[in-house]
Amino acid sequence: MRVALFLTCVNDTLCPDTGRAVVKLLTRLGVDVDFPMDQTCCGQAHYNTGYRHEAEPLAEHFAKVFGEYEAIVTPSGSCGAMVRELYPRMGERARAEGRGDSLAVTLAPVVPRTYELTEFLVDVLGVTDVGAYYPHKVTYHPTCHGLRSLGLGDRPRRLLQAVAGLELVELPGAEECCGFGGTFAVKNSDVSAAMGADKVRSAESTGAQVLCAADNSCLMHIGGTMSRVGTGMRAVHLAEILASTREEPAA
Amino acid sequence: MSGTFIGMPAFPQAARASVHDATLRGNLRHATHTIRGKREQAVAEVADWAELREAGKRIKDHVLRHLDRYLVQLEESVTAAGGVVHWAADAEEANRIVARLVKETGEREVVKVKSMATQEIGLNEALQAEGIRAYETDLAELIVQLGRDRPSHILVPAIHRNRGEIRDIFTREMGEWGRPAPEGLTDSPAELAEAARLHLREKFLRAKVGISGANFMVAETGTLVVVESEGNGRMCLTLPETLISVVGIEKTVPSWRDLEVFLQTLPRSSTAERMNPYTSMWTGTRDEDGPRAFHLVLLDNGRTDTLADEVGRQALRCIRCSACLNVCPVYERAGGHAYGSVYPGPIGAILSPQLRGTRSEIDASLPYASSLCGACYEVCPVAIDIPEVLVHLRERVVEGGPVIREGNKVVLRPAKGHAAERAAMRAARWALTRPGALRTAQRLASRTRRLRPRTLPGPGRAWSGTRDLPPVPPEPFRDWWQRTRGGKDEAK
Repeated sequence: MRVALFLTCVNDTLCPDTGRAVVKLLTRLGVDVDFPMDQTCCGQAHYNTGYRHEAEPLAEHFAKVFGEYEAIVTPSGSCGAMVRELYPRMGERARAEGRGDSLAVTLAPVVPRTYELTEFLVDVLGVTDVGAYYPHKVTYHPTCHGLRSLGLGDRPRRLLQAVAGLELVELPGAEECCGFGGTFAVKNSDVSAAMGADKVRSAESTGAQVLCAADNSCLMHIGGTMSRVGTGMRAVHLAEILASTREEPAA
Repeated sequence: MSGTFIGMPAFPQAARASVHDATLRGNLRHATHTIRGKREQAVAEVADWAELREAGKRIKDHVLRHLDRYLVQLEESVTAAGGVVHWAADAEEANRIVARLVKETGEREVVKVKSMATQEIGLNEALQAEGIRAYETDLAELIVQLGRDRPSHILVPAIHRNRGEIRDIFTREMGEWGRPAPEGLTDSPAELAEAARLHLREKFLRAKVGISGANFMVAETGTLVVVESEGNGRMCLTLPETLISVVGIEKTVPSWRDLEVFLQTLPRSSTAERMNPYTSMWTGTRDEDGPRAFHLVLLDNGRTDTLADEVGRQALRCIRCSACLNVCPVYERAGGHAYGSVYPGPIGAILSPQLRGTRSEIDASLPYASSLCGACYEVCPVAIDIPEVLVHLRERVVEGGPVIREGNKVVLRPAKGHAAERAAMRAARWALTRPGALRTAQRLASRTRRLRPRTLPGPGRAWSGTRDLPPVPPEPFRDWWQRTRGGKDEAK
């Protein structure tokens, strides 16, 4: 199976550790993963801010870059949801605007082949114990688009529960949004910050050392709030926990 | 009298004040979390909830598709049952009709059933200007009216008030409007309710004119339905001699059978009740029972314009349950007043900019009053995809384009204040369709990473005011991938 890593522009630029973790994890599980060098951005920020027409060329670019692969794996619930949920909608809207089927036809092939990382592990590879070791107390925050758009359900939790040494503690109000919301974080910064502060307080109440999620944009907001208010907690991407082993533990 | 929303600041500014109001935050958090939990339980009890939700959506979509036909049928049924139907294109016309109807009775005061439609058109203020006093009889609406306040929630308009505040309002204001609050009133719920009951009772018994909205109108029979939980509505609907109902045209359902769906989904979604306590239904007038005269004012006020929008029209399915408000993390922190509309919360953020247009600052800011977390869509009993409509309206704000206003096609210009953002989005699109340009930008960021400030100037402060910036790595992933051939050459 030809598997491509769609890392996302944010991870590529700011969180290369997450990318390396995904590569390490998938390689360990016997997957030969490729990183198409021409990949850029799925267009989510454009689309969700109201620039659908600017997002269209980015979606077409995505379809061109990843069209040849049988599986496209991304460590981001929101970018995964962009492809799976919103690419079809973009095609429909273009059709409704009298611009024909070409956008829908271009985008259609990549939609069913795009998997968020935990879906790929659990549904495609059929594993929940990935042989990881992470001797820390961890709480899990389900990010909104992974939770509600993709319906990741208990996949991330099952993966975490199988990690050796890891103590998983429930996050109170876990399903409540952290307040990132893309451009919402700056357009409505007061509300966004208040939501972030509440999320960090809930996380602290668990006594965990690490808050883990499967989307680095939310983690940047939560982690940035954590370091600003000076909690002892860290925000860590799920992939980095799953990549960690006894031989090569995560930093 | 309840205040007006005209001249509201944009949502982010209005929300800033409420976010830092500790009492308000506490009141809202307590109230929304309580009802949120109860709703979840009440919905979980129903085995076929998903089917009921889908049925509700389809009934509403069907009605909206054939609204022209059903409205004419409704008018015929109401008229045949002894009612009089009036058509109001906008708020002003509706207010004019109601004021005239009240004046024709010779009365100078009316009792009101809680109604979103009459809030929407500012009926109380319009009647006051004509010398007619309107008394709100719903407990929470009474609190809002006595407090010279504005409603902040669709179902619980005084949700922003706690018991102590309500006691103070009753003690201070009730005497101005009628029977004063009992001496030594405490903040116990039973005492507060009793004070309201005594205060309102004299108004129910005296009033000759009642004004209501309606939750549903059955086209087949001309029956109107009001769903409430205090019994005040039943009083207003049965005791006065004249009843005037102001109802949005989208409240029509074809037949009684359709009510079966909504009378299950509405109470569980709104108050977490299995069955609604007071469901009043009336069909025209009867000689020996209830009001002798019944007037139905059918209100458009932007609804036909909204119906013309293929994406936005789903907002008209709304049955005003307010489940989306109670579950919304933004509403919980910003409070209802920040939305600058009688329709606050997620549904308000998609309804107000469609009913009123996106010209004003507040209306243009409402589509952004959401992190797009999707909790509202999940709980909506008629499956309104609120995030989809929010994004659609953002597009309308930044791109402009053709819309229908007052029945005419107009082409909106892009809203002001988005020029820099638009330029940035275009530049980002340009760079992101050229992998080489992205790589150049990433390398530049990595090479200058030590120059990165801890906080950002100007608009960047919106991020760095409360959150640290993420560190920029020494090299982007793609450079590592190339340098190590996907990790194969990684130095151990």
